[in-house]
Amino acid sequence: MNPQTGQLLRNTLTLIVVVLVAWQALYWVVGDVALRSPLQTLAFAAKFTSTPQFAAHLAETSKAFGLALLLAVVIGLSIGFTLGASRFLSDVFEPMLVALYSIPKITLYPILLLAFGLGMSSKVAFGTIHGVIPIALFTITAVRNVKRVYIKTGHVMGLTPLDMIARIIVPAALPEIFAGLRIGFSLTLIGTLLGEMFASQRGLGFLLMSAIGLHNVDLIMTLTLLLTVFAGTASVVLLALNQRLYARS
Amino acid sequence: MNVTQTAQTLLSNQVSLRKVDKVFSPPGKPADAVHALGPIDLELHHGEFFAVVGPSGCGKSTLLELIAGLSTATSGEVAFEGKPIEGRIPDGVGVVFQEDASFPWLTVSDNIAFGLRRMKLPPGEKARRIEKALAMMGLVPFANSYPAQLSGGMRQRVCIARTLVTEPRLILLDEPFGALDQQTRLLMGDEVLNLWRKTGATVFLITHALDEAAMLADRIGVMSARPGRLIDIVETGWSRDRDSRIVQEEQFGAITARLWRSLRQESMKAIGKIEAAT
Repeated sequence: MNPQTGQLLRNTLTLIVVVLVAWQALYWVVGDVALRSPLQTLAFAAKFTSTPQFAAHLAETSKAFGLALLLAVVIGLSIGFTLGASRFLSDVFEPMLVALYSIPKITLYPILLLAFGLGMSSKVAFGTIHGVIPIALFTITAVRNVKRVYIKTGHVMGLTPLDMIARIIVPAALPEIFAGLRIGFSLTLIGTLLGEMFASQRGLGFLLMSAIGLHNVDLIMTLTLLLTVFAGTASVVLLALNQRLYARS
Repeated sequence: MNVTQTAQTLLSNQVSLRKVDKVFSPPGKPADAVHALGPIDLELHHGEFFAVVGPSGCGKSTLLELIAGLSTATSGEVAFEGKPIEGRIPDGVGVVFQEDASFPWLTVSDNIAFGLRRMKLPPGEKARRIEKALAMMGLVPFANSYPAQLSGGMRQRVCIARTLVTEPRLILLDEPFGALDQQTRLLMGDEVLNLWRKTGATVFLITHALDEAAMLADRIGVMSARPGRLIDIVETGWSRDRDSRIVQEEQFGAITARLWRSLRQESMKAIGKIEAAT
C-alpha cells in the first residue's frame, strides 16, 4: 500500500467515526420523532434489505442509474473530445455549457417529463443531464491541456491521427478526464434519485418519497444510510483510482 | 552531373536549405504577417556536428521545425538526402525537444519502444534495439520506472534514447539541455558527443548557450535577430574525440568570444535596445 492510499483510508475512517458520533449525539437531542439511532437504523436496514420488495426497487434504481451514467459518459466524452480538439468549437460552445451547468436542472424537469413520459426514460434523461456537462467540461480542459510537446513528438514519430488520439491524447488527458468522471458519477446519481422522487412508481427515490409521506422514520433513515454508504464508497474508490493516475504524471 | 559527382553531393550534403523563408501570417490578416526566418542557405555535411546560436526569438526553433518537417517553408526548398521535405518527417530523422517529452503513462522502456512504433521490425530486433538504447543512455536500472520517478536530466535521456532507438542518420536537438542545470548540461554535452561518435549520425543542435555550441560543434551558425538569417559560420576545428575538458583550452575562449562579437548587436536588437538604429 502506498502512503497516499494509506492516508485516504485514514481520512475515510475518521469521517465514518465523526459521522456516527454526530448522528448518535443528534439522536439524543432530537429523539424518536425525527431520527433513529445508528444501531436501530442498522438493525432495521439488515431486516429490510433482505425483503424482495427492496430488491425490486434496488434493481429499478440500479438500471436507471447505470443507463444514465453510460449515456452521460459516452455523450460527455464525445462532446469533450470534439470541442477540446478545436479551438473554434470550444470558444463557441464552452461558455454555453458553463451557463447550462449553473442552471438548476430541476427547472427543466417538467419539460423532460412531458418529453419522455413517466417512468424509466425520464429518470434516465434526468440523471444524464446532470452528469453529462461536468464530464464534457473536464474533458475539454483535459484535451486542451495536453502538452504541445507530446503532440509534436507524435508528429515527428509519424503517428496517424487515430494513433495520435489513442496513444497520446487519451493517456495524457486521462487523469483530468477521470476527475470529471468522478464528479459526473455523483451528479448522475443525484439526478437519477431526484427523477425517481418526483415522478416514479418504483425505485429507491420513490421509496424514500413515500416513506416521507407516511412518516416512516425507520425507512427514511435506512434509505438515507444505504444511499450515503453507496455514494461514499464509490466516491472513495474513484478518488483512490484518480490519485493513482495523478501520481504517475 | 556524372555518377561520382552525384554520389559525392549525397555523401557530403545531408541537408540542404535553399533560399528558405518562413512567414507567419494569421488567416485573414495579411497585415499582421511576421517574417520569422530567412532567406537562409545552409548545407549540413554527413556526420558533422552543427550548432545554431542566436538571440531569443530569432527563429532558431522554426529552422529546426522546417528540417523536421513539422512546418513548411513559405518559400525556398528544404531537402534531406536529396529529397525535398514537405511537411512530413523523413525516415532517418530524430528530434529531441527542450521540454520534457517523456510520456508519464509509460515506463522508461515502453517510452523507448514507442519510438519504434512506425518501424516494422521483428520482435527480437526491437528488444535488441531497446536494450542497446537503454545501455547507451545509462538507463538500464530504470527500465521499469516511470518518468515521474526520475530527475529532469534522466527524463531527457529517456527522450534521447527514444530517438536513438530508431537509429537516425540525422538527430535534431532543440535546446535539449535548456531546462537542466549547468553541471548536468556539461555532462549531458559529453554524452551527446559520445553518441555522435558512436552512431556516426549528423547532429543539428539549437542552443542559446554560446559555450555549449563552442564546446560541442564542428561548425556553428550564428543567426541574426528576426527575421533570422545566418550572419556567420564559425569552424571550431576540434578533433572528433573531444570532451567537455576542452573548455580550458585557449581556442574555446576564442570561439566563444567570436560568437559573442557576432551576436552582441543582434541580441541587443532582440531585446529592443537599439531598435532606432536599424
